[in-house]
Amino acid sequence: MMSKVVRTITRLMTPAILVFGLYVIMHGHVTSGGGFQGGAVFASAAALLLVAFGSDRIKDHMRIPDLTVISASGALVFIGAGFAGIATTFFYNLFVGSAIFGHVPEFGPAHEDIWTGGVIPIMNIGVALNVVAGLTAVMVVMAITSSKTGDGE
Amino acid sequence: MTRKVVIGLTMVIVGMMLFAVALMMRPFGEPVSVMDDYIIENTQQVTGANNAVSAVVFDWRGYDTLGEATVLFTAVTAVVMLLRKRKDEAPE
Repeated sequence: MMSKVVRTITRLMTPAILVFGLYVIMHGHVTSGGGFQGGAVFASAAALLLVAFGSDRIKDHMRIPDLTVISASGALVFIGAGFAGIATTFFYNLFVGSAIFGHVPEFGPAHEDIWTGGVIPIMNIGVALNVVAGLTAVMVVMAITSSKTGDGE
Repeated sequence: MTRKVVIGLTMVIVGMMLFAVALMMRPFGEPVSVMDDYIIENTQQVTGANNAVSAVVFDWRGYDTLGEATVLFTAVTAVVMLLRKRKDEAPE
C-alpha cells in the first residue's frame, strides 16, 4: 500500500481511465482504437489500483477464477462472431444491413452514426473482454506471487 | 586494422544500397499495391464500418486477429497456470 497522496489520486483517476477505456472499446468501429487498445487502457486502471493499494487488498475484489472465466468468454464471443458467418465464409460480416449494428454509411467521412459495423462492434467487445480480464489476471497473479516470496510489498 | 576496413566497407556498401533504394522509391501517393485503394473505396459499403483500420483488423483480416487473440489467451493461460497456488502449498 502506498502513501495517502497516491491512493487519493488513484481514487480520482480510476473512473476517468475506465470511462476512457470503455469509450475506446465501444467506438472502435467509428474512431481510432478497438478492443485491444481499449482493453489495454482499461487494464491499466487495474494496474494503477494494484500499485496503489497492494495485492492483499485487490485480490479479494479481482479473483483469478472469475477473471479467467471472463477472458475465456471474451475469446468465445470473438470466435463465435467469426463462426456466425460461416455459411458464406469464415469471418463473413453477417450483420451488415440487419437490425444489429446494421446501418451502412455513405462513402466519405461520416462519424455521426455509431450503429454501424455489423459484427465488428461485437468482436471488439469480445476481444476487449479477453484483453481486460487476461491482462488483469496476469498482473494480479504476478503481484500475489511476488508478495508471497517477499520481493514485493 | 582489418576490422576497421571491414566495418568501413560494410558501411559503404549498406549506404550505397540504401541510396539506390531511395532513388528507386515510387513517388509519394502512388503505392505499389492496389489493395489499399480497394479497401478505402469499399470498406463503408461492404463492412458498414466508418473506421477502415478496424474493418481491416476485424473483417478483412479477421483470421489474423483470431491468431492475435489466441496468442494473448495462451500467454495468460500459461502465466496463470505457472503461478497458481498449489494444493500442497500451505495457506498464507
